[in-house]
Amino acid sequence: MKAIILVGGFGTRLRPLTLTVPKPLVEFANRPMILHQIEALVKAGVTDIVLAVNYRPEVMATFMEKYEQEFKVRITFSVESEPLDTAGPLALAKDILGKDDSPFFVLNSDVTCEFPFEELAAFHRSHGGEGTILVTRVDEPSKYGVVVNYPNSTAIERFVEKPKDFVSNKINAGIYIFNPSVLKRIEPVPTSMEKVIFPALAKESQLHAMSLPGFWMDVGQPRDYLTGTGLYLNALAKRDPSRLATGPGFVGHVLVHPTATIGENCKIGPNVVIGPGCVVGDGVRLQKAVILEGAQIKNHAWIQAAIIGWHSTVGKWARLEGTSVLGDDVHIADEVYINGGCVLPHKSVSSNITEPSIIM
Amino acid sequence: MSHLKGVILVGGPSVGTRFRPLSMDIPKPLFPIAGVPMVHHHVSALAKLQGMREILVLGFFEQGVLDRFLTEVQIEFSGINIRYLREYQALGTGGGLYHFRDEILRGNPDHVFVVNADIASSFPLEQMLSFHVQKKAMSTLLSIRVDRAQVHKYGCVVINQDTNEVLHFVEKPETFISDLISCGVYLFNKEIFDVMKEAIAQRHAKAIEAGEEQELSRTPASSEKVALEQDVLSLLTADKKLYAYVCHPTKDFWMQIKTGSSAIPANRMYLQHFKSHAPRRLSTAPKRSMDDSTVEHTAEVIQPAYIHPTAIIHPTAKLGPNVSIGPRVLIGRGVRVRDSILLDSVEVGHDSCIVNSIVGWDSKIGCWSRVEGAPGESSHHNATMKGHKIPSATILGKNVTVADETAVRNCIVLPHKEIKSSQHNEIVM
Repeated sequence: MKAIILVGGFGTRLRPLTLTVPKPLVEFANRPMILHQIEALVKAGVTDIVLAVNYRPEVMATFMEKYEQEFKVRITFSVESEPLDTAGPLALAKDILGKDDSPFFVLNSDVTCEFPFEELAAFHRSHGGEGTILVTRVDEPSKYGVVVNYPNSTAIERFVEKPKDFVSNKINAGIYIFNPSVLKRIEPVPTSMEKVIFPALAKESQLHAMSLPGFWMDVGQPRDYLTGTGLYLNALAKRDPSRLATGPGFVGHVLVHPTATIGENCKIGPNVVIGPGCVVGDGVRLQKAVILEGAQIKNHAWIQAAIIGWHSTVGKWARLEGTSVLGDDVHIADEVYINGGCVLPHKSVSSNITEPSIIM
Repeated sequence: MSHLKGVILVGGPSVGTRFRPLSMDIPKPLFPIAGVPMVHHHVSALAKLQGMREILVLGFFEQGVLDRFLTEVQIEFSGINIRYLREYQALGTGGGLYHFRDEILRGNPDHVFVVNADIASSFPLEQMLSFHVQKKAMSTLLSIRVDRAQVHKYGCVVINQDTNEVLHFVEKPETFISDLISCGVYLFNKEIFDVMKEAIAQRHAKAIEAGEEQELSRTPASSEKVALEQDVLSLLTADKKLYAYVCHPTKDFWMQIKTGSSAIPANRMYLQHFKSHAPRRLSTAPKRSMDDSTVEHTAEVIQPAYIHPTAIIHPTAKLGPNVSIGPRVLIGRGVRVRDSILLDSVEVGHDSCIVNSIVGWDSKIGCWSRVEGAPGESSHHNATMKGHKIPSATILGKNVTVADETAVRNCIVLPHKEIKSSQHNEIVM
């Protein structure tokens, strides 16, 4: 089978992290985001993966070569010279996606979930339609586009963008499977999947919905990235609890890379990921935090809801909260308070940031 | 050698509402700054003077409120008579002095210092006395140069640059007059009471003109009402009987202590002053050992700091600079305290951070908490928010509890309050 991952462009919502590294390579639960998806696809029998990008494929290329060898899969870049929206990239990659009759998966690179690709493929074959999308239940559907089925059917009747009144609480999870015949409907020009292709398929009752089991999150922005981390760790706790840290200083679900060190009298968790080579000092309190590779958290610091960028330092007695994000190589001085601060790479901060703001 | 007397004007409970919430649990003049009550610094500066025989504390606090303090300083400065004179009526800033003129002049002192309680200063009284004597002055005020932007808050003084005679005196001028202000420290000869009598008469006359006779007849003592600054100093100036001794620009310091927040810069100024003038008043962390054996590790202390010997400080804590730690304070593992005053029996949980704050008696700060005020003197306020001036230092009143992991920033918290979630820029009742 084949798959296309819509990587897209600049990843601006995940800045400042994406100023240093392309979004698919930003680690999520200590592995590049895209790796979670590639692994799951390969496990489901995918042999060809297309990455649809419109920005900086060369940084990703080295990593992809490594994954090709590791997972015995072919990875190709499909580079858009102009942004082709959410459906156009499929046409651009039709040589690979349409090379045989087997269906192909489509994923948004920002999505994290349990990736039940085998179940999705099986369900897709069972109804015989041209396409199947995964849908997930959310609390606030009006923030998204919701899916409405034909009565007593898995076939989708229509989509409603950001409905004012309650219509349904199922939304498009950003993961699809299509027969190659769909490619006939798409030109390599900017085309919207949600606004053009889906409605066309729905009108002909060719598009079905499958409920996504387990958790789902679009981790393209810091707050959701942190929430998604919590959901992921929760699922991991059920699937393979031995991977999580346990012991007196840990609360809830915590993932610690084996090469990280943690000092004494700390209280870590819940929902914390500590990356490779990180050094956490004594008396540190971390909650809802992701510490990326090589970062150092000095003694007595307190962090709640923050992403600490690679090789950054958080000073002694510092307090970070409010979904703060530190980019690559950021240095926070001792005793500094940061609330919702977004700090660009290579910056030193020695005075408080009391309101959400961007520090260049 | 001159025979000297000192008078400290301490006001009363109704004065200094801006010192709440700290003044809700202790009379403002007794609030500890750099390890001792606010007016202890005044007493100590006066007592040091050769020829000082008696210090009178004038105010309208109830008898008994200041007893303990007076007993203590009487013991400490045993060669000097120290007593409290209670004013029963609001007689204005000068009326109390006039009312007790007999007491003040008893024993026939050559000169009388009069000092306001709500200031912090290096008190260059020795120099001021020499100056006064050398000038053969009848009255001298202590003055200091301040920023132009601050002048309008004080009594402004214009002097003759050659003689230091005061030419003009204006309280809180709206326009810029001079960058020299009056510090609330005066040195008078006994003739001052004649001038006061004159000032009282003038004020009385003005009041009658303005049609306030009814009020005057009702309370006879209010006929003694006079304001030291507005009425008496102006008269002295007009009669060319007032000189100004100017504080040294670097060796001396002075500030008003009006709000609770201002105790923090006052604390810092005294402690910094001790570094050069009284280093034995500063401390390192007390060694927690019952015998004489050396204790390996004590907490890191960045001077200047005052730490009461009964404070218990974890060896991994880091204190100072500019901290005053009161009796029986308990500072836990990995705690940071800087530019702050911790009052008696405060407990600070592990890994917490306290900066630019006053923590009231018996308060308990949880672990991993942050109590933080803005740096700088309270006179340089941040912008107002919703009409409230955002305080500089954070102040926690008596017996305040701050939950674990909680931040209290730029807040004033009234006594006995429990803070269970983070607070910013609030007055918490």
